[in-house]
Amino acid sequence: MITLLDIATPVVEESKDFVNGLDTLWVLLGAILVFWMQPGFALVEAGLTQAKNTANILMKNFVDFMFGSLLFWILGFSIMYGAGNDWFGWEGFGFIGEDSNVPAECTFIFQTVFCATAATIVSGAMAERTKFSMYVIFSVLISALVYPIEGHWSWGGGWLSEMGFHDFAGSTVVHLAGGAMALAGAIVLGPRVGKYSKDGKSRAIPGHNLVLCALGVFCLWMGWFGFNPCSTVAATGYDNAVSMSHVFVTTNMAAATGGIAAMLYTWLVDKKPSLSMVCNGVLAGLVGITAGCDCVSIGASAIIGVVVSLVMCLSVSFVDKVLKVDDPVGAVSVHGVGGILGTIAVGIFCDPEIDGVEASLGVQALGAAAVFVFCFAAGFIIFKVLDKVHGLRCDRIIEEEGLDVYEHGETAYN
Amino acid sequence: MKKIEAIIRKTKFEEVKEALLNSDIDWFEYHDVHGIGQSRQERVYRGVQYSTDVIQRIKITIVCREVVLEPTVKVILNIAHTGKVGDGRIFVSDVLDCYSIRTGENGDTVLRDKK
Repeated sequence: MITLLDIATPVVEESKDFVNGLDTLWVLLGAILVFWMQPGFALVEAGLTQAKNTANILMKNFVDFMFGSLLFWILGFSIMYGAGNDWFGWEGFGFIGEDSNVPAECTFIFQTVFCATAATIVSGAMAERTKFSMYVIFSVLISALVYPIEGHWSWGGGWLSEMGFHDFAGSTVVHLAGGAMALAGAIVLGPRVGKYSKDGKSRAIPGHNLVLCALGVFCLWMGWFGFNPCSTVAATGYDNAVSMSHVFVTTNMAAATGGIAAMLYTWLVDKKPSLSMVCNGVLAGLVGITAGCDCVSIGASAIIGVVVSLVMCLSVSFVDKVLKVDDPVGAVSVHGVGGILGTIAVGIFCDPEIDGVEASLGVQALGAAAVFVFCFAAGFIIFKVLDKVHGLRCDRIIEEEGLDVYEHGETAYN
Repeated sequence: MKKIEAIIRKTKFEEVKEALLNSDIDWFEYHDVHGIGQSRQERVYRGVQYSTDVIQRIKITIVCREVVLEPTVKVILNIAHTGKVGDGRIFVSDVLDCYSIRTGENGDTVLRDKK
């Protein structure tokens, strides 16, 4: 089976003869579906925040994809997949690689949508209080440098891949990376005005539209059918057919059990089954299964969904009430915590008979820890520097009256 | 002429509307109103408990001739009633005058029977 890793190793000889139409269609279909996660994130983040900031959060989601597409082409792809050392690639800037079983540009567009996904996770945690200009700069840096560097470690032939670290579609590379930077951003920014009372008690700031949020989660769920199964990057032959189908089932199962776990958790603890937490639970299950969707059994995927979702529910309260970090959409818990647990779960549940993958618990934990530390540190430094130089946070009056009017001059609802 | 302002449950609005249309009233306005009272509703948002004191009701405003005041009030009293706390209130006040913009005439003849 051809994995993401193999794309990096140049398959030069007679490569054009091997370019395979069916594989290409499959990967391009995947690119469409992963692109579909962009509206998903946009809707979830818009729905879980206040109506006065809706145009702003939608703009941020556009910025992530627009600048991600540009910067990943100029710099990112070369740093992530270019030949280099164990830590980063450094080859062929603005050039998009070699044909393998699919054309180089097919690989490139598929990796571009993944990059944009990592970037867009951060906007939710920093919602409702960040200067738009500062967010644009951050979005450029994440697509050009931070994501490609840590991505090179696992998927570009770097030190983690040499140790046998297994992250099939990006629990760590995409989601944990986004979650870690989201945490750094939310810490540097501080909580929204009115989020905590004078004695430090957490207050609810209900999202303005759970219809948007729920629709967004369904979009993401659908998009994940490209994110995970199409990461086989090959569709020809019976082995690939089996693998693709297996990934579809494990991906869906973890989403379903993740949602169920969050529903039962809120029903028992808060006395009412909460829609917004079920939305997060589904996403946590999806994030959790992403690393091991090819190599764990269906039963294991159900367990992963439940465990990741339950820990995510605890984490939402922990981040909110104990750490007192204001994360309006739960990005840190869903993507950060979900990413860590999903990656470690590969070391526990990985079954070599399913996909020939062998993973060790230690290496999985090390990989997750390394990416978390790197992305958190990189995010923290970038945000601190932006804060010192220009101020990361918007003025209080803008925050109170809404970013839409002051930053963009147009409101989402008229 | 009298003005009747009735704050009623949202769930009772359709029934009250039907009854008013079948009585001597040819026009009324209504608004969604938010009130603050003594009752509190406990809610949970993403694990954070909070209570909301906002109570949603509909306010109907009717200006009518004095002869139809009593039957109109009775209609609302009967139909908007459930017997539980929160059924609402009816306020009645005097109206000085009333003009028809189309004809320019004034006085309570403007508020004609609909027949």
